[in-house]
Amino acid sequence: MAIELHNVVKQVDGQTHIYDTSLNLVKGEFNILLGTTLSGKTTLMRLMAGLEKPTSGEIWFDGENVTRIPVQKRNVAMVYQAFINYPSFSVYENIASPLKVAGLSKSQVDERVMKIADLLKLTPMLNRQPSELSGGQQQRTALARALVKGSDLVLLDEPLANLDYKLREELRDELPKLFADTGATVVYATSEPLEALLLGGNTATLDRGRVVQFGPTAQTYRNPVSLTGAKVFSDPPINTARVRKSGDNIQLSDSIQWKAPAHVVKLDDGEYTIGIRPHQIKISGVGVNVKGKVQIAEISGSESIIRMTVENNNWVCETHGIHAFEVGEEVDFFFDAERCLYFDNAEKFIAAQAME
Amino acid sequence: MVRLPKWFIPTLYIVFLMLPIYGLLSMSFKTTNEILGGFSFFPQEFTLENYVKIFTDPTWYNGYINSLIYVVINTVISISVALPAAYAFSRYKFLGDKHLFFWLLTNRMAPPAVFALPFFQLYSAINLFDTHIAVALAHCLFNIPLAVWILEGFMSGIPKELDETAYLDGYSFWRFFLRIFVPTIAAGIGVAAFFCFMYSWVELLLAKTLTSVDAKPIAATMTRTASTSGYELGLLAAAGSLTLIPGAFVIYFVRNYIAKGFALGRV
Repeated sequence: MAIELHNVVKQVDGQTHIYDTSLNLVKGEFNILLGTTLSGKTTLMRLMAGLEKPTSGEIWFDGENVTRIPVQKRNVAMVYQAFINYPSFSVYENIASPLKVAGLSKSQVDERVMKIADLLKLTPMLNRQPSELSGGQQQRTALARALVKGSDLVLLDEPLANLDYKLREELRDELPKLFADTGATVVYATSEPLEALLLGGNTATLDRGRVVQFGPTAQTYRNPVSLTGAKVFSDPPINTARVRKSGDNIQLSDSIQWKAPAHVVKLDDGEYTIGIRPHQIKISGVGVNVKGKVQIAEISGSESIIRMTVENNNWVCETHGIHAFEVGEEVDFFFDAERCLYFDNAEKFIAAQAME
Repeated sequence: MVRLPKWFIPTLYIVFLMLPIYGLLSMSFKTTNEILGGFSFFPQEFTLENYVKIFTDPTWYNGYINSLIYVVINTVISISVALPAAYAFSRYKFLGDKHLFFWLLTNRMAPPAVFALPFFQLYSAINLFDTHIAVALAHCLFNIPLAVWILEGFMSGIPKELDETAYLDGYSFWRFFLRIFVPTIAAGIGVAAFFCFMYSWVELLLAKTLTSVDAKPIAATMTRTASTSGYELGLLAAAGSLTLIPGAFVIYFVRNYIAKGFALGRV
């Protein structure tokens, strides 16, 4: 189903939660809403579902204005971050419930419930109560209930956020496969850039109630329209610094300078902002050499995250392997000038950056 | 230092707690003469006569029937009115919702005696005096606020997303409310019903004021009989013992839910 938002605005108690937003979601694909808490992901989903009415603007499904159509009539499925199932129903009854409400015959209900239960590996649990299931199984039940309806629009609001690491990986792999055959348009909210990259599809970056950018996930990641977009789509946060361009020279400080890439050389001389993703800063190798004063070095799995100050900028370096540094130590870091993102004074992206 | 065995204090507590109830039960099997004659721990002349009298004399057993009728009516009214009210308080924000919620509770702060006279006049005026429904309605005064308060606590423990999921699944409000929501808070309904039952069962003043013959509650029967035919203490003890039964019966069914209610801080 094609979902279009036309100039949607949502205000609650005089506060604007969603600023004028127009968005055309891609039919039959994963559409990811990426943003931190309070960026408006959930509100956007609730507007699409019909759980809330927009203050102004319209929502269209397949060329039909559904702005005033109540939630019950929209045939939308939604899965929440918290595992929501009907506690007084068994797993079977939970999955069957939307079909029973729709008035399907008993044999039709049974057939579809069995098929979905098999797909989501819930067959042995069908007679249990939701409270007797593990977190992962509860969320599978919720997913099964969302899938069984065959809705054209499925809204997944951080469905994996409350699961432990291993289950999250497992379900994240399964999700695109589950929805691939249904032809449903899936809207998936997440606050994790990595999750967006792994799921692929299309991504809309959101920042404080505004859609910053919408496009294929890889493109949104590589070519952020603005510094805000780059910040939303980077975890740990993207490193920034003010630089001065004169001719083909880029200068961060007296000691740190490098040769400007071709698409920057042709710009006017003056001040620019650069952005370097944390994983593009290395602790060895070639490229621009900067001296960083280590603030804190932490180890997360097989990665080391080193927080440092470079010429009064707080930077983060994320690198493979385990590296121990003393706090206050001066360390040489390197980054590839070709991979820097350049932003002008309005924080707009200057395109034509080298592909990764 | 001498260490008391673990069971000592609880046992002592239970013995003290049960002593008056034992006294009542033991008295109910004695004759009035024995009771007046002096104290004995066990009945000297064991008799069932007191119970036989209660179960054969209509003025006695009708008291139980009357009490049960208005208590059940009251519980049904209180719960069915409190369910939607508690739902509104737990799910919606409206002007003065917190004040209204608190005001409900203030209904429990005045002694029932305050309302006895106006109720008496009101019910007499509309010909409801001496009917079961009169007592049931009068008891709603303090049972509905109580039920709303308890149910609101249970309902607020259910995430709002459950309601939304049901709407997304296509349920209409009432279908969701009756098929999904009410079973989900069954424990809360059990607890609320128990408290309504109990308060209505033990309330004497309003029940006595609003009835004369047809709907006379058992507690009123007990006081009146005692004053007209001398002190029939054995009979009174038997009647008293029987009033314990419905409460014990109801508490047996909701005992697990009440623990849950305590955990939610609403009982």
